[in-house]
Amino acid sequence: MKFKHIFQLLSLLLLLRIFACQKQTEATDHYSCPMKCEGHKTYEEPGSCPVCKMDLVKVSSIEAPVVDEDGISDESIFNLTSEWKTQNNETIQLSDLRGSVMVVVMIYTSCEAACPRLVADMRNINEKVNNPDVDYLLVSIDPEKDTPERLKEYAAEEHLQGDQWILLQGGMDDVREFSNVLSMKYKKISPIDFSHTNIISVFDKNGVLHYQQEGLGVSNEKLVEAVSELSK
Amino acid sequence: MKYLIACLCIICFSLAGNSQTPTALKQIKGGTLAPLYGLDSAKVWVDDFQLDEYAVTNQQFLDFVKKNPEWQRSNIKSIFADSNYLVDWKGNLELGENMNPNSPVTNVSWFAAKAYCACQDKRLPSVDEWELAAKASETKPNAENDSTFNQRIIESYETPKTYSKTVGSTYKNYWGVYDMHGLVWEWTSDFNSVLISGESRQDGDADRNLFCAGAAITANDLRDYAAFMRYAFRGSIKANYNIKNLGFRCAKSN
Repeated sequence: MKFKHIFQLLSLLLLLRIFACQKQTEATDHYSCPMKCEGHKTYEEPGSCPVCKMDLVKVSSIEAPVVDEDGISDESIFNLTSEWKTQNNETIQLSDLRGSVMVVVMIYTSCEAACPRLVADMRNINEKVNNPDVDYLLVSIDPEKDTPERLKEYAAEEHLQGDQWILLQGGMDDVREFSNVLSMKYKKISPIDFSHTNIISVFDKNGVLHYQQEGLGVSNEKLVEAVSELSK
Repeated sequence: MKYLIACLCIICFSLAGNSQTPTALKQIKGGTLAPLYGLDSAKVWVDDFQLDEYAVTNQQFLDFVKKNPEWQRSNIKSIFADSNYLVDWKGNLELGENMNPNSPVTNVSWFAAKAYCACQDKRLPSVDEWELAAKASETKPNAENDSTFNQRIIESYETPKTYSKTVGSTYKNYWGVYDMHGLVWEWTSDFNSVLISGESRQDGDADRNLFCAGAAITANDLRDYAAFMRYAFRGSIKANYNIKNLGFRCAKSN
């Protein structure tokens, strides 16, 4: 009886091991022409391209080279699978925000120097763009302190009201990853302070980065233009 | 009982077949570290942690991409790596002709390195952890004040093409970890906490410490020129870069 339990446990462990790292590999392989003679047409068997006769190359069905079935390109931040909490304590993935142009900044709420100016910039951009379909994201680099409750308070203090304003708390690792996608740098320099670069980024409706504005006190003109252009 | 033995055997096989000799972790004793720059207080505390004995090799990375097609060269999403990803490989599942399978894997992005470690149930070491482990010489856990050791590091930075060496071919440090200097630069989880690129200057936000003369005046340890080079390198790269002399090793919390 005891051995049976051990057996079951070990079998389970074995299964876990096998599948642990292979979440996305079950899909069947596809092949396509490396020269894209027939666009993104794929074949189920290896062979040669009927047009240019080159050998077909394997493409993973999930990882289509340019755009997957949902139209998300491989440059899109919607490829990130991390989960975030909003100021309303809802759990979301970035891809849930698809369909709106996004203006994104990374801040922390106890910041007294640069962040208030960045947030003022965000409000300013919102006013100039004046389009309710554009989302404004503030992602905290201090997820330990910036809980959904704190973010909600902060939104109220900073007059970031309405569905357009989305404040996010993520895991430490996921925040680090997100900052790397923006090429944004930050470091905790004391228990309450961070040093960080000041970047506001604009993403199109499919999550592809289009424009970044660096620095404080720079003109928002080009950024506003980029947002308006993308949200047409 | 038979079941049990059979099962253990299957697990052993699966371990051998599945993860191709995972690199052994070595225990690193935590302690205080005076980072080169950037903190209000002079020292940070680093907890005990474990670090891979060797840098991840070409062969190990090949095994990883075999099992995880989304990280193969032609499949990788451009948000996760620029076009230099595994650029010297012959194909998705084939190393370059003159590549040594036991050399450290290079031309890998931060995203790919992170995914590799996560797959081994490990993670990338932080800058502070890496620096703590790297200040050990063969005989001392802290060789910061050992001028011969520092000199050797600088010399190793000047040696070209060390990335084609076999892992384990330089020196084994006090913790039993090989090649912390002299093989390749290594990714760290928070490499982008070094703020010295153009925009940090522009922003005027805190970190003038690493700029030329500014650096020499305010850094914590004037002797550590090698550390300057490491921090400057970290400050100059982006997570989707793939560089010929930049590899990685994994770590684990205790």
